[in-house]
Amino acid sequence: MTDATVPAVEAVDVRRSYQLDGVSVDALRGVSLRIEPGEYVAVIGPSGSGKSTLMHLLGCLDRPTSGSLRVGGRDVSTMSDAELAELRNRTIGFVFQSFQLLGRTSALDNVALPLVYRGLRRAERRDRATAALEAVGLGHRLGHRPGQLSGGEQQRVAIARALVGEPSLLLADEPTGNLDTRSGAEVLSILAGLNAERGVAVVVVTHEAEVAAQARRRIGVRDGLVESDERGMTA
Amino acid sequence: MRSGEAFRVALDALRANRLRSALTMLGVVIGVAAVVLLVALGSGAKQEVEQQVEGLGSNIIIVVPGKFEFGSAPSVSRLTLDDVDLLGRVVGDSERVAVSVSSGETVSVGRREAFVTVNGVNETVPNVFNRPLARGEYITSADVDTRRRVVVLGNSVVGRVFGDVDPLGRQLTIAGVRFRVIGVFAPVGQTFGVDRDAEVHIPVTAAQRLFGVDRIDGLAVKAPTSDSVEQLQPRLVAALQERYEGEEFSAVTQTQILGTIGRILSLLTLVLAAIAAISLLVGGVGVSNIMLVSVRERTREIGLRKALGARQRDVLLQFLIEAVLLCVVGGLVGIGLGVGASLLVDAVSPLPAVISWWSPVLAFAVSAAVGIFFGVAPARRAGRLDPVVALRTE
Repeated sequence: MTDATVPAVEAVDVRRSYQLDGVSVDALRGVSLRIEPGEYVAVIGPSGSGKSTLMHLLGCLDRPTSGSLRVGGRDVSTMSDAELAELRNRTIGFVFQSFQLLGRTSALDNVALPLVYRGLRRAERRDRATAALEAVGLGHRLGHRPGQLSGGEQQRVAIARALVGEPSLLLADEPTGNLDTRSGAEVLSILAGLNAERGVAVVVVTHEAEVAAQARRRIGVRDGLVESDERGMTA
Repeated sequence: MRSGEAFRVALDALRANRLRSALTMLGVVIGVAAVVLLVALGSGAKQEVEQQVEGLGSNIIIVVPGKFEFGSAPSVSRLTLDDVDLLGRVVGDSERVAVSVSSGETVSVGRREAFVTVNGVNETVPNVFNRPLARGEYITSADVDTRRRVVVLGNSVVGRVFGDVDPLGRQLTIAGVRFRVIGVFAPVGQTFGVDRDAEVHIPVTAAQRLFGVDRIDGLAVKAPTSDSVEQLQPRLVAALQERYEGEEFSAVTQTQILGTIGRILSLLTLVLAAIAAISLLVGGVGVSNIMLVSVRERTREIGLRKALGARQRDVLLQFLIEAVLLCVVGGLVGIGLGVGASLLVDAVSPLPAVISWWSPVLAFAVSAAVGIFFGVAPARRAGRLDPVVALRTE
């Protein structure tokens, strides 16, 4: 999936509408964009702009109502639920605002969770999860449960979980939203480091200008459409 | 996902909510234990009665006036001692025919008294029934012919009226008339708490005078071989009907008595099992209910697992295994409890309990089936959750 000729994500005129109490609501009204392997992109927009919907589509949690969406070169709209699950498992890593760690489970087992659904053996899962936790600087916290970790550490566990499957695309939804400034900066620098060292395409959805400023490309979303698409460092 | 993994995840989830899992299981535990225990009691009752009927002896045909049916009132008997010879001719040997006329009477020695069944019998009883003596001798034909006032005591009667004194040769009063003790029966035990040793035998002639009657209540015939039982049966009835025109008589074999009792007790066992099965059903509904709550509570976890690559099947399997585990573990505990309770009841109460091999197996299979049946709906709900919606749930 690291083939340089295949874009990480390619969306052409993607629309997504929902039925709410019998009324059709358009969340995305024709979005076209292309994210190359190894890019670092921020998606910015106010709430209700459709950026969450876009995030779900890029993450293969949802299918577009119309238009074509290719993730890792595969057309999402024609895939079954099971195929989508496997695509998520193999090519996408998620980082959520609220961490979404399993509470009664150790950091190691939390990180190893995606590999469970890949059918890997326990020993290999442990090895890879340990390596992923070491990569985010938590090699000394393997047996800790989320409740025993600080917010910043929890989000780093979540990043390790997103990484462990060696995805080609890492989606982070407001990854610093629940963190203090220092922890937030740490998390962002880890994301930037992973992007630089491993060539993982990173898409950060945010409404914070400082977070967006870290990215080399910023896509502005408003009213279900791409409003702006700038490249280059601003910070 | 490997199925072993789904199993481990389910086990972890159950362990994480120990109290809730235990309480949910309790419904299944009680249901299964009730099935095992009640079936054991039903089977125990059946076996006890069968052993008792078989313990009488073999190839016995009981001849009584009227129709032999459970629940029908006993008919007034017109049978007399002369019928012994009549039936003896049918069988070919009057030594194989025993008679009985019985009544409940008070027996006493000094101030000690007991209420027992007094059986007026002839000397052929030991030929027909399997009733060994512990000591002394049984009633003889001379005792019957001369209406001698002698008595053979049931085993428990001895202690009640004589205490530790040796009863042989001593006097005992039956309904105000003195009898001499000539023998003591070997104990036969209790059935459902009823003492079967609380009876005494006296010569039938002495009994008829004591009770003030000429009749006998019934006759018992021992067929020479088991093959001859069936052909003798109608001939005995025919012979009596010829003598007493217009009267009805019945001859029942042990097999028929066993069949009738067996049917009644099997039905009883079935009814008990059905009642217990209802509680198992209620337990299953409890499992379903808790699983639905669990799915709702863990919506976000389900959403996360799906985002990380869990397929609908993986999530469904996880929750189904959880429900089945609850039921299977509950079922095993219930079987243990039911078997333990059965053994306890058998040991300390007069009720016999027999654990048949099929009832724990059936209970286990049913509880596993209950788990699958009641686990499917919540598990499907979990599997079908939309990850986007599930992740957003607070």
